Amino acid sequence: MGVGIEVTNLNAWYGTNHTLQDINLPIPANHATALIGPSGCGKSTFVRCLNRMHETNPIARVTGSVKIGDLDIYADASPVEVRRRVGMVFQRPNPFPTMSIYDNVASGLKLNGYSNRKALDEIVERSLKHAALWDEVKDDLKKKSGASLSGGQQQRMCIARALAVDPEVLLMDEPASALDPVSTSKIEDLIFQLKTQYTIVIVTHNMQQAARVAEKTGFFLNGRMVEFDSTHKIFTNPTDKRTEDYITGRFG
Amino acid sequence: MKADLQKNRTRNTLRTATDHLATGLAVLATVLVIAPLFAIFGYLIYKGASSLNLAFFTQIPKPEGEVGGGMANAIVGSGVLLAVASLLGIPVGIGGGIYLAEFGRGTSLANAIRFTADVLNGVPSIVMGIAIYALIVFRQKHFSAFSGGVALGIMMIPTVTRTTEEMLLMVPHSIREAALGLGVPNWRSVLSITLKTASPGVITGCMLAFARVAGETAPLLFTALGNEFWSVSLNQPIAALPLQIYIYAISPYDDQHRLAWAGSLVLIALIVLAVSLVRYVASRGILKGAS
Amino acid sequence: MLACAASIFAIVVLIAIELVAQSQMSWHASGLAFFWKFNVDPQTGVPLFWDPVNGVFYALPFLYGTLVSSLVALIIAVPLAVGIAIFLTEMCPRFLRSPLAFLTELLAAIPSVVYGLWAIFILVPLLREQINPLFIDVFSNATVVRLLGWTGLVGDNGLFGGLNLGLGLLTAGVILAIMILPIIASLTREVMSTVPHSQREAALALGATRWEMIRIAVLRNARIGIVGSIILGLGRALGETMAVAMVIGNTDQIQKSLLSTANSMASVIANEFAEATSDLHRSALIEIGLALFVVTILVNGLARLLVWAVTRGNPVRVN
Repeated sequence: MGVGIEVTNLNAWYGTNHTLQDINLPIPANHATALIGPSGCGKSTFVRCLNRMHETNPIARVTGSVKIGDLDIYADASPVEVRRRVGMVFQRPNPFPTMSIYDNVASGLKLNGYSNRKALDEIVERSLKHAALWDEVKDDLKKKSGASLSGGQQQRMCIARALAVDPEVLLMDEPASALDPVSTSKIEDLIFQLKTQYTIVIVTHNMQQAARVAEKTGFFLNGRMVEFDSTHKIFTNPTDKRTEDYITGRFG
Repeated sequence: MKADLQKNRTRNTLRTATDHLATGLAVLATVLVIAPLFAIFGYLIYKGASSLNLAFFTQIPKPEGEVGGGMANAIVGSGVLLAVASLLGIPVGIGGGIYLAEFGRGTSLANAIRFTADVLNGVPSIVMGIAIYALIVFRQKHFSAFSGGVALGIMMIPTVTRTTEEMLLMVPHSIREAALGLGVPNWRSVLSITLKTASPGVITGCMLAFARVAGETAPLLFTALGNEFWSVSLNQPIAALPLQIYIYAISPYDDQHRLAWAGSLVLIALIVLAVSLVRYVASRGILKGAS
Repeated sequence: MLACAASIFAIVVLIAIELVAQSQMSWHASGLAFFWKFNVDPQTGVPLFWDPVNGVFYALPFLYGTLVSSLVALIIAVPLAVGIAIFLTEMCPRFLRSPLAFLTELLAAIPSVVYGLWAIFILVPLLREQINPLFIDVFSNATVVRLLGWTGLVGDNGLFGGLNLGLGLLTAGVILAIMILPIIASLTREVMSTVPHSQREAALALGATRWEMIRIAVLRNARIGIVGSIILGLGRALGETMAVAMVIGNTDQIQKSLLSTANSMASVIANEFAEATSDLHRSALIEIGLALFVVTILVNGLARLLVWAVTRGNPVRVN
């Protein structure tokens, strides 16, 4: 079951660059929320603040609060602890090339100390089924390396890998932008199914994609969140003129 | 969600502890690696600096057992050897590098030559010494500065070749195209332009090779042999700084040990100077050609 | 230009030819058995390998000396080199990175003879008086001898038995370790930095600690290259001459103890060539040089293959 995310007065800096300004956002549980906006508007940075990945950059700084469920991820936990509960899928698939498909999906579990063979087998199978990849790889789980799959398959495997540790939130940073249309639509179908069990935040610069998969959409511009509402409203009758300009293609 | 975090606390403590341990070990390794450096440099300065006087640079060694003297002949001798070495190593090396970068690019012959240069680079210096002994000294029936210079020169070749090739490859294609577009007549002219652009890097490579062979002793053991007296003749055995340090280091006389430390300090100073210069030039981006 | 490039070829071929030619005398005398045979002293039963006075030349002691000193060097150097590489690539604060890397490179610039000088006057006494006694105490401890005596490695006739002169195989191994550290460290660093950042992010996003991230995303991906770096370090150690010659003790024997004096293939040439007593003696030494030549080519070739496999032909500065 997923949990909701409450973002309050979030500000982020990379060095002196004030990347995110005063973001306030309630992200509903068990829904898919899309974040759209032109390049460089801060949506990727925002999503990385949700699992404290932006801290991997030594000059990054954050103020404000992010509560995932009842956990204030900045005050009550370490970055490592947060990332165990929040899964992330990246723009380009990044499977571990020296590991088999099985080991890739199980990698998060092994880190957490799961060693029971049967338990691992079950979870790997379940995760790959959730990621709609099981049928394609079930015979080659331990024989093929994670990097030998096609791009779309790799990304679905990365999703399986993220799901295997049973996160409550799944963050997706333009997960289909490096993929072909067929794989993209498979991933979109996947998100549709997943959102009933997880809270999904998906960054996309493809507005049609946002319209297809997400109930709620937030529009980012220049580090601020301009408008956040139901997807339907954003795309048919936005309140803010800037949103309308972006939707209709006047810029970005 | 908070509750989930509490669940795995013990395992997580172990993981955190392992993380800290790994960090500690890595820091320890770093300290242990850097420590000998300070130890060596410290002793060199401590034992060598006090022995450095004018006599060191102007006098030749005193007969065994006597106190005083210097390594003037060894310094000069090293100079002669390095001059011969450079005369051989630098032109051949640069020529080879030019071939690899400009003419042979991608051909299997070029790959074979590059591989051979690597092989040459890996030949232990003592093996180089006895090979040159067999090639030159044995045939001439006497030791000579010439044979020592040849041995050192051959050792310079792979480094100079490699660096020259790298530097030429880094010259932006736009420069070559500009030269051709200007109607520069032939490959020789294009070459002179690219070479000129890459020259700071090429010179740096030569300095690196020079510094490396300046400290080599093994190839000189059976070629230049060493000489207690002044000699700059190419046909005679000649003294060399590293060689003299070796001879003094294993001798039973304290005063000669003192001179060995002093000589080491001089040698290291020169090499550190060269290496630092190389690094400085590299960091200033002068190696990047026209950009 | 082609002439210059081709001359590199010619030089290597010439060297090989000369080495083979000059070792013919020894080859005819002993053949391949040069490398493993030995005579036995009829009176004492002690194996005799290398006896210039009686014209006996078998090279096994020097293979042993090279192998043991290189092994000791690797055991000491590899953990330290990989450790500092990990520190510099993944843990070091930005401002320290360049100075520390520079210091490590400086270690590589020190000539062998200077290492030898330092080793004779500083390292040898240090080992003899402070460090070796610690090992000797552990290895001759009554309980240890009782428990592990069956291995043959403890006690008076074990790894740390016999005379403690401060010279010998262990000392040679230590100074070799210091000398090959920089090359293993800098190559390992290069190889580690070719691992794409996305791999590290993948591990971190799964909730890995920094060490876990290093383990599964960096070291695992770079392991082939790291092995290559280690083998390259081995190649260096095999051919190192001066420092080893100055501390290994110059004895043509095989003895079990790490404290015993010995000779490596490289050091025996340095120590005996100038005063070789006969043409056969000289030829035998040259044959050892030929063997060294062949072995280092093979080892270095293997190493470069492995490193290339990871860095994909991007030139990696090795010296």
